[in-house]
Amino acid sequence: MKNFLRIFFLFVLFSGVQSNSIAAEKIEYLKTDWSFKGLFGKFDRAALQRGYQVYTEVCSSCHSMKYLSYRNLAQKGGPEFTEAQAKAIAASFEVKDGPNADGDMFTRPGKLSDKFVMPYENVKAAQAANGGAYPPDMSVLVKARGGGVDYIYSLLQGYEDPPVGVTLDDGVYYNKYMYGNKIKMSNQLSDGLVEYSDGTNSTVEQMSKDVTTFLMWAAEPHLEERHQMGFKAIIYLIILTVLVYFSMKRIWSRIETEV
Amino acid sequence: MSDHQYTPESKFGKWFNDRLPLLTLANHLTDYPTPKNLNYWWTFGGILTFCLITQIVTGLVLAMHYIAHADMAFDSVEHIMRDVNYGWLIRYIHANGASMFFLAVYIHIFRSLFYGSYKAPREIIWIIGIIIYLLMMAAAFMGYVLPWGQMSFWGATVITNLFSAIPLVGEGIVTWLWGGYSVDNPTLTRFFTLHYLIPFLILGLVVLHIWALHVPGNNNPVGIDIKKPSKDTVPFHPYIVIKDGFALLMFMIVFAFFVFYTPNILGHADNYIEADPLVTPAHIVPEWYLLPFYAILRSVPDKLLGVVAMLSAIFILAALPWLDTSKIRSAVFRPLYRQFYWILVADVLILGYVGAMPAEGLYLLIARVATAYYFLHFLVILPVLGFREKTLPIPLSITEPVLGGSPNLATAKNKESSIIK
Repeated sequence: MKNFLRIFFLFVLFSGVQSNSIAAEKIEYLKTDWSFKGLFGKFDRAALQRGYQVYTEVCSSCHSMKYLSYRNLAQKGGPEFTEAQAKAIAASFEVKDGPNADGDMFTRPGKLSDKFVMPYENVKAAQAANGGAYPPDMSVLVKARGGGVDYIYSLLQGYEDPPVGVTLDDGVYYNKYMYGNKIKMSNQLSDGLVEYSDGTNSTVEQMSKDVTTFLMWAAEPHLEERHQMGFKAIIYLIILTVLVYFSMKRIWSRIETEV
Repeated sequence: MSDHQYTPESKFGKWFNDRLPLLTLANHLTDYPTPKNLNYWWTFGGILTFCLITQIVTGLVLAMHYIAHADMAFDSVEHIMRDVNYGWLIRYIHANGASMFFLAVYIHIFRSLFYGSYKAPREIIWIIGIIIYLLMMAAAFMGYVLPWGQMSFWGATVITNLFSAIPLVGEGIVTWLWGGYSVDNPTLTRFFTLHYLIPFLILGLVVLHIWALHVPGNNNPVGIDIKKPSKDTVPFHPYIVIKDGFALLMFMIVFAFFVFYTPNILGHADNYIEADPLVTPAHIVPEWYLLPFYAILRSVPDKLLGVVAMLSAIFILAALPWLDTSKIRSAVFRPLYRQFYWILVADVLILGYVGAMPAEGLYLLIARVATAYYFLHFLVILPVLGFREKTLPIPLSITEPVLGGSPNLATAKNKESSIIK
């Protein structure tokens, strides 16, 4: 048993080393208490709904979310809008469909099964409208950035005047959390920009947190289910391990050797 | 295979067994005499079998939903993560399973190094093991390419480009591997095919690995030959089965923790960005388990020699049974080797660390020293040590040290538990 604990510690050590080496070149990001971290982490439902509002009213004019459908908004573990609400949200978008029987493309109100409407026809159009920079698709954005949610949360609040000696080209902005500090997206958030329907005060900090929470859910829509299942699975494994341990002791007691 | 004759009790069993001796095989496997002093480092063989089967089963399910096409691979992985029932679970098990597989295989290999399990008469087991390890690296590398993220694409570009170092035909070989003039759809489809094939090759080799093991039987922490079956052995079932099962469960707890709570920590964030041939990531790094070899590759200034060094670092292991000239197997009785062993472990960990860092300045210097030491260990230290080292007296049987019989052996046992375990 003693050996086992040692092996076990080795694993723990190993996992620690791994995470350290990956986070090697880190900048201190702004911290906030994410409700979805930890063994029982869950999304804050209201934050997800507010985050969706920030996304639609602010981000979605440039950033697509091509892997999400309107039906996801009503899904368990997500913002959990009611089905009627999700239908109404979908219907508020014009979706291009077709060809119809005459061979023509037409637009119709969105349905639950539609993917989120894209802001641009294609990547080239997106680049042309944004000074050559492509606003990345946001579906898995938090998983595609080293610092994850902390990075996105910080970036949204990281706009500053450039320090003396740093000159910026037209359409380039200074952000202290951006890799290389130069970003082609201008500061999008300002206090009171969005009017939250639940009355929450829409400070920059609040909006950053809400929209980042929403992006986390978008990237990991099954996070809550994963945490719940993980807890059950690990408890099950621990109980089984203890039972097997005592069975093993019993069996090995037949011979004069320790296990 | 079996030392004793086996006759099934039932009439049908006898009839069947005379025609296909499956029951004899099953009987051999359950009765297989195993040294009773095996410690928990010996449980990783069973754990590795579990890892292989897990990878094959989850891989089969993933292959049902995955689309091997440059335009659709990334989308299909997201489809698995979002819309396939428990697709996220299957994919995270498969992705983290690869890391767990390598973690277990490294422990398994270093256990062999410590206890001299590669020495006569177990050279063939060892060499088959090295081939399995090579195939594992190939399978893992190709598997990492399949999601078609940025690291997939650029990792594939860097690694396949290594072949261009071959004089004269290098460029041609690379074009042939790619199926075009850059990593593209033809590369992806062939990698998918090979990624599907290799695990079954590994499975076949695992059967040979175990078969070859069952001829001489297990080595053990004391490293002496034992009589089988005897007081020194226990039947595989139930003793080893339950012990391996217990160890496997402990391993699964760690595995589950990664899958359910930090499923992306061992991967690279850039692989959630779809492959873009026009944008090169800032740092191209392989998965953690390939980092020591990546460090060796980059520590040599010449491309061809770098590739040669990297491959030699792996193939040198196959020659290990002949490079290690000591007659004593277990490091428990080799005081000097034991120290060099731990230096080697540290050396490989250092190589892994610098492999993740940019190849410049101090990191490059450390990588060069560590690479030189790696080869020094196998080519100079091990052969010389066999002749120079004054080893401790070895016991005649494992029963005595286990029971604490003779004082001499009791010290050996104490040493063993204090140093190794």
